[in-house]
Amino acid sequence: MNGVHDMGGMHGMGPIDVNEDEREVFHAEWEKRVFAVNNAVGPLKIRNIDESRHARERMDPRKYMTSSYYQIWLDALERILAEKGLFSIDELKGNVPAQPVSIPHGPKLTPEKVDEFLARGGYFYRDEGKPASFTVGDQVRAKNIHPPGHTRLPRYARGKQGEIIADYGIQVFADASAHGREAHQHLYCVRFSSIELWGEDGTAGDYIHLDLWDDHLEALS
Amino acid sequence: MAHDHDHNDPPSDTVLRVKALESLLVEKGLVDPETLDTLVDRFENRIGPQNGKAVVAKAWRDPDYKARLLEDGTKAVAELGYSGAGGETIVAVENTDRVHNMVVCTLCSCYPWPVLGLPPVWYKSAPYRARAVREPRKVLEEFGTHIPADVEVRVWDSTAETRYLVIPKPPLGSEGMSEEQLKELISRDSMIGVRLAGAGQPNTGGAS
Repeated sequence: MNGVHDMGGMHGMGPIDVNEDEREVFHAEWEKRVFAVNNAVGPLKIRNIDESRHARERMDPRKYMTSSYYQIWLDALERILAEKGLFSIDELKGNVPAQPVSIPHGPKLTPEKVDEFLARGGYFYRDEGKPASFTVGDQVRAKNIHPPGHTRLPRYARGKQGEIIADYGIQVFADASAHGREAHQHLYCVRFSSIELWGEDGTAGDYIHLDLWDDHLEALS
Repeated sequence: MAHDHDHNDPPSDTVLRVKALESLLVEKGLVDPETLDTLVDRFENRIGPQNGKAVVAKAWRDPDYKARLLEDGTKAVAELGYSGAGGETIVAVENTDRVHNMVVCTLCSCYPWPVLGLPPVWYKSAPYRARAVREPRKVLEEFGTHIPADVEVRVWDSTAETRYLVIPKPPLGSEGMSEEQLKELISRDSMIGVRLAGAGQPNTGGAS
């Protein structure tokens, strides 16, 4: 979706607040809880990471721009978990008492399992999928697409020409997975020149690299 | 920088929403509050930039390890016990006299958790996400980092599950140092690629 989350290249955002102590992980107690809840619901297998990202992108754009990142996470958690039927908005607002969970889900994450859960993480590689359309060294063009749903092809690279510099193998295709579909395919690292992306406002000799899937790319004819 | 509100302040809408969400999930038997405490503890105390510093310091001291790190970052960081959530695939990129790397996630907040922990606020902010790909050199100048015109800037936009770790250039004079001494020169920001190693970073107590 052409949402405000797709920020690469935008103007008017102002300076970067570059001073931040690396020892200060969270900036409020509630941030800790949002972060932890977002992770703790993982093993319930209610939603995948791509559905999760897409839920953040679907936040009201006016609110997205004025929210901190953990506020965006909170908003998305409420949205996706309610959409999946884990609870209703009325339950969340306290209008009705908590109801028994009516949908199938994975196990509750216990404190003893946290380290194992974090050390393992997710798994995004697949043994089978769409055969590779490209090989390292190929010149390609990022497609000019504007899907209303989730895509990991940012606007600033669409229609631009680049070179495949790595094939990361067959992986879950985020654009499909965010909508409950499977379309496993090769993920590549694609190198775009700054001049190709930004014209005379770019810098000759500088490069921007994006990880893009097979379906994001077309051969240069 | 955000700060906690005074404890006498009425709770904000956000705080109330977080409490409602957590309480409901606990009441429905889906989340254990102790699990939440454990998750927070891990990222406050165990998973953070100190992990990346150990990786980089070892790579600076041990050419074989650096070769393994550049060949397969995921495997090489796992040698030191770092793996998993938020960094299932790690790719290390090396800063040299000719190349300077920096990392961004323009679409959200992807960041190599196992080696750097959770991202700073600026990394997730609109100015950084908007500008890092369009004017990386100006962004670097804002961090006090000047990259000469004859050095290639390479920006890595984290658009998939691959997570990029910058191996900063070892500062001049660091050749004979131990890994412990080297870690003092490495900042979180230098492993994102927005500062140089040895250039310090706000409030890290590192060299300046």
